[in-house]
Amino acid sequence: MNIAPKSSFVLSRRHLLGIEGLSRDDISGLLDLGEEFVELNRQVEKKRTSLRGRTQINLFFESSTRTQSSFELAGKRLGADVMNMSVGQSAMRKGETLIDTAITLNAMHPDILVVRHHASGAVELLASKLDCSVINAGDGAHEHPTQALLDALTIRRNKGGIEGLLVAICGDILHSRVARSNIILLNQMGARVRVVAPSTLLPPGIERFGVEVARDMREGLNGADIVMMLRLQRERMNGSYIPSLSEYFHYWGLDEKKLAYAKPGALVMHPGPMNRGVEIDSIVADGVQSVIREQVEMGVAVRMAVLEALSRNLPNA
Amino acid sequence: MMLSDRRPILLANARIVDPSRDFDIVGDLLIADGTIREAKKGIGAAGVPEGTDVIDCRGKLVAPGLVDMRAFVGEPGAGHRETLASASQAAAAGGVTTIICQPNTSPVIDDPATVDFVLRRARDTAIVHVHPMAALTKGLEGKEMTEIGLLKAAGAVAFTDGDKSVTNAQVMRRALTYAGDFDALIVHYTEDPDLVGDGVMNESEFAARLGLLGIPKAAETVMLERDIRLVALSGGRYHAASISCAESLDVLRRAKDAGLSVTASASINHITLNENDIGPYRTFLKLSPPLRAEDDRKLLVEAIDRGLIDTIMSDHNPQDVETKRLPFAEAAPGAIGLETMLTAGLRLVHSGEIELIALLRAMSTRPAEVLGLPGGTLKSGAPADVIVVDLDMPWVLDPLDLKSKCKNTPFDEARLTGRVVRTIVAGRTVYEYV
Repeated sequence: MNIAPKSSFVLSRRHLLGIEGLSRDDISGLLDLGEEFVELNRQVEKKRTSLRGRTQINLFFESSTRTQSSFELAGKRLGADVMNMSVGQSAMRKGETLIDTAITLNAMHPDILVVRHHASGAVELLASKLDCSVINAGDGAHEHPTQALLDALTIRRNKGGIEGLLVAICGDILHSRVARSNIILLNQMGARVRVVAPSTLLPPGIERFGVEVARDMREGLNGADIVMMLRLQRERMNGSYIPSLSEYFHYWGLDEKKLAYAKPGALVMHPGPMNRGVEIDSIVADGVQSVIREQVEMGVAVRMAVLEALSRNLPNA
Repeated sequence: MMLSDRRPILLANARIVDPSRDFDIVGDLLIADGTIREAKKGIGAAGVPEGTDVIDCRGKLVAPGLVDMRAFVGEPGAGHRETLASASQAAAAGGVTTIICQPNTSPVIDDPATVDFVLRRARDTAIVHVHPMAALTKGLEGKEMTEIGLLKAAGAVAFTDGDKSVTNAQVMRRALTYAGDFDALIVHYTEDPDLVGDGVMNESEFAARLGLLGIPKAAETVMLERDIRLVALSGGRYHAASISCAESLDVLRRAKDAGLSVTASASINHITLNENDIGPYRTFLKLSPPLRAEDDRKLLVEAIDRGLIDTIMSDHNPQDVETKRLPFAEAAPGAIGLETMLTAGLRLVHSGEIELIALLRAMSTRPAEVLGLPGGTLKSGAPADVIVVDLDMPWVLDPLDLKSKCKNTPFDEARLTGRVVRTIVAGRTVYEYV
């Protein structure tokens, strides 16, 4: 059963720290590879050996269920030894600096480190101190490259391509690394991107990211092929950026009425975890246009693709 | 009762002044079906509809009803001070056809249900138009912005924390930014509470002689300057609620020159009185912001004449005996003003300090424009909110004649010239001086 993937794509870099800097060919190569893993993951025998003998450490300074388990499964299916470290158990809680943690981990000779950190730029900082490959699993409000890749794969499989589509990214753009990675990727692949949010949730200068900007959903969703909702980071919201969850839902929450502004058959996406009744109505989240569950499936495949493509570049590969 | 009559009305042979279009003629104004039909010479001579009530207004002024951007009405929660009914009676007697009531009530007007309550209550009890402003922050606490979108949809015409300043600049910035998405107007009281401290009147030699702690003008300019910079950052629509001193005018001018969406009000008190009127500790002249020096007053009037200050408001604030008959420092600030704002303003016209049309513009056309309301004009098709004024009638103000529930007027026993003789709201006469 252990057949090498047909695609021989190699990501010619040591780390995947962001979508920024990836070429169109890089993105297509990763998506093609991901496509193969989707098929593999639907079989009974899901195991590959391309990462056999490799050590993958998932270092999560910020709790995450789906991303961490997705990376864990991806690594295991490719045959790597996977270790999960979360901040709760780590020495960081005892005051160790990020750099010291890096030096300590480096001494254990991992091959691939998957890192999530609450501070923008922290993953890059770690990568500069380590000898192994580093994959950014989300740093602050900066980037979340594998999320953008899995979103792209979901779109490509449903719409046959990405170029020329109008993608509306809605909600808390300000705090969202998902939005930033997606904006870069979708622009690179030739999609039209529109961000939709109250002004308080838009970063200053967003109009120079190569996106259209809309403040209301009617205008924002008009003609959209894809409606990508973002999670409202509720813990920092009330009264500060928006007045209340109910007002937010009233004006920016995706319900059937607002979805009707988009093109018929537009896809509804959400990176999860969802706040039902805040940014999205259950009827829409679970409706026929929703591909939210498919996004989770694509997540494992795309992460396998990233691990595979990076591992082909590792020493002794 | 004739007051509810909706027959057409012809105000004949009047001096008609419409500041919304620099219109000043002697002629007739025809009102029918609650709206203004037309204003020109000779309507009466050409024949009016059957049943028209023809009122001879020879020698009198006809102008748009006043729109008062800032009046405290006690409902809900302080009906002993003023109700929507009593405030509207006072307004009608003063020529005010639209009251904008303030949200610092009990409970605070900070949710759509309370806006709805005020609107219903006004519909049932008030004889002039009433529109509430809603709170800018929940509970007027200056911490979390209110549901600006839903409140505006419910009928709030602007957002303000009443007589409180939002001291947290981040809260103010976000509120301005967010309000901009709904094209909502933020009306902000500009007075830094820390600089006010325990001050009770203008910081000056006079205050020192009275042995009263002063409030520096910087308390106002610091906050206004901060706000203008936040408006520049966020691009919201901003209105300074009550400007009291000359230094603020420079700040305003710069904001307007920079093209920011900034407007401002001054109260009738600040353009007709100064700190010396406090005299022997008269608590009816204890106001927030405090009355300033005569030079400030003069420059405020000039700023209104030139349009730098957009609107004059009453700052109507009824206080009863137990909050006013106290030593100056302990008395509550505020004065009533709905009933006297026009007549007090006419003092400035009679003394030649301001053009009549400029005064009327600042009391009717501009506030309607700033708030996006339909009044403040005599153009054909506009709502028939109209006043008839005898500009030259001399009278002495007897507080007992005032309609307001509280009598804390700074014009107690004042000799005045000019008074409203008829007030028409939506084509119906709601007040007549006999």
